[in-house]
Amino acid sequence: MFNFVLARLSSAAVVVFGVICLVFLLVHMVPGDPVDMMLGESAQPADRVALRHELGLDRPLLSQLGHYLNGLAHLDLGTSFYTRRPIADMLAERLPATAELAGAGLAVAVLIAFPLGVFAAVRKDTPWDQGAMFFSLLGVSVPNFWLGPVLILVFSLGLGWFPVSGRDGLSSLVLPAITLGTALAAVLSRMVRSTLLEVLGEDYIRTARAKGLSERTVILKHGLRNALLPTITLLGLQLGTLLGGAVITETVFSWPGVGKLTIDAIMRRDYPVVQASVLLISLSYVGVNILTDMVYGWIDPRVRVRGN
Amino acid sequence: MRAAYGFPAAILLTWLLMAVLGPMLPLHPDAIQLPMILHGPQWHEWLGYDDLGRPIVDRLVLGAATSFYVAFWVVLVSVFVGSLVGAVSGYLGGAVDAVVVRIIDIFLAFPGILLAIAMAGVMGPGMENVVVALSVVGWVGYARLARAQVLSLKHRDHVVAAVALGRRPLAIVVHHLLPLIGAPLIVEATFGVAGVVIAEAGLSFLGLGVQPPAASWGNMIRDGSRYMLVAPHMVLAPGVALMLVVLSVNLLGDRLRDWLDVRGRPHA
Repeated sequence: MFNFVLARLSSAAVVVFGVICLVFLLVHMVPGDPVDMMLGESAQPADRVALRHELGLDRPLLSQLGHYLNGLAHLDLGTSFYTRRPIADMLAERLPATAELAGAGLAVAVLIAFPLGVFAAVRKDTPWDQGAMFFSLLGVSVPNFWLGPVLILVFSLGLGWFPVSGRDGLSSLVLPAITLGTALAAVLSRMVRSTLLEVLGEDYIRTARAKGLSERTVILKHGLRNALLPTITLLGLQLGTLLGGAVITETVFSWPGVGKLTIDAIMRRDYPVVQASVLLISLSYVGVNILTDMVYGWIDPRVRVRGN
Repeated sequence: MRAAYGFPAAILLTWLLMAVLGPMLPLHPDAIQLPMILHGPQWHEWLGYDDLGRPIVDRLVLGAATSFYVAFWVVLVSVFVGSLVGAVSGYLGGAVDAVVVRIIDIFLAFPGILLAIAMAGVMGPGMENVVVALSVVGWVGYARLARAQVLSLKHRDHVVAAVALGRRPLAIVVHHLLPLIGAPLIVEATFGVAGVVIAEAGLSFLGLGVQPPAASWGNMIRDGSRYMLVAPHMVLAPGVALMLVVLSVNLLGDRLRDWLDVRGRPHA
């Protein structure tokens, strides 16, 4: 297990380094000069030179990258062009809201996907199954930036059940969570259905049935438990889609999270903030994937052995 | 559900016709009629007017052209670059493969549409930039798929024979390996079309894609969501169009997967 963890961590380190470099380069692709953006067109040349030096923009790219990495190592993410505040503080303020939304979206997805997937698998090839799978296909096909406004239209403006936007208590979380969780619920329910069907064809299921266990016990205890593993892996991988979707969902509902901060920063051309928030979201995703891998390796020894 | 395939085919054909013929039709997507601002659907203008008094039907047709154009180019570029890189890397193995795998891993570390959002944000809006941003993100999936397929095929006898006959690696990949992995790539590309259509609309929704006055279903939804209380038709029409196209492409992908007998992973 130790070797397995070590191998996973070392390959993750390469990925993390690559992600940091790519995000660093991304912001250096910006057309124009950030100094012009900060000081305006009419600034004095001397001020420009001073600011360039202060920001380190007069140094070679590699040296800037070194400086950036050094800052990251000390959790110094730089200063926002717009608010002039340390970016680390801005992100720390926003992170709980995004974590809350992502957690709630995940909960919505799991709560819909498992019952729906099991239901469809048990009634395989009946109209129920086809209906459930069509519903799931519909879920994948509805973009969250449309589902969100439609939910607002019906449940906020129409019925007045939930607030239109903002983050204020549990009722404000409901619509964003559904908006974010629907696509994942759809993908996941198909996965639950197909893995459960595969497992139900195994010999030990026949044995369980032959022992006279109730169909309920066979499916939930012997079937679903074994179908859980591949589903967990998919969940880890799909969490990236969830985090990416959070950027759009937060914008739709004015949810004060890291995603909304990213989009606001793009609009204000506040590139250090864009850089830092994209990095934060991506690294959280990498972290979750390593965790998924380890949980998987811990539950299923075969993965561990193959990993070595 | 076999009987239901006429429906997605009809939707996709309509999309195609709107995209190809739309720009040639005498439409007035930018014609502003002040008295008609936010007017709902009516007899002679059955989808109503938007916040500037422009006819929504006309904008919907040109939005179809936008999404088709972006989807076509992004998928074409991504499939070409991705499958070539993946197949060559898988075939050569060794150091080249190790580097390519790392690069793929790094790109996959960006969740969903985030990298495209950041790139489009940095490069600035516009349809060409959308195509570039989505292609940079898009090739990775095809590369991974092509590589995995080639790894399982490269020790087949016909490849060994080609090596023995002295064919060069690139020729082997292009003539002896890529034709065999066409089926899974086609299935992947079909789902890819759905993904790109949603992504383009998403970028335009965020204001990072196609810029007004040009029409995209995404920026129509964006404009519409500001007037939802008074003019819900503005947000409903482009959204339904978008959903129908994506749903139809996904249905077609499912069908292709069964038909070509590709065991695929579930798609986002």
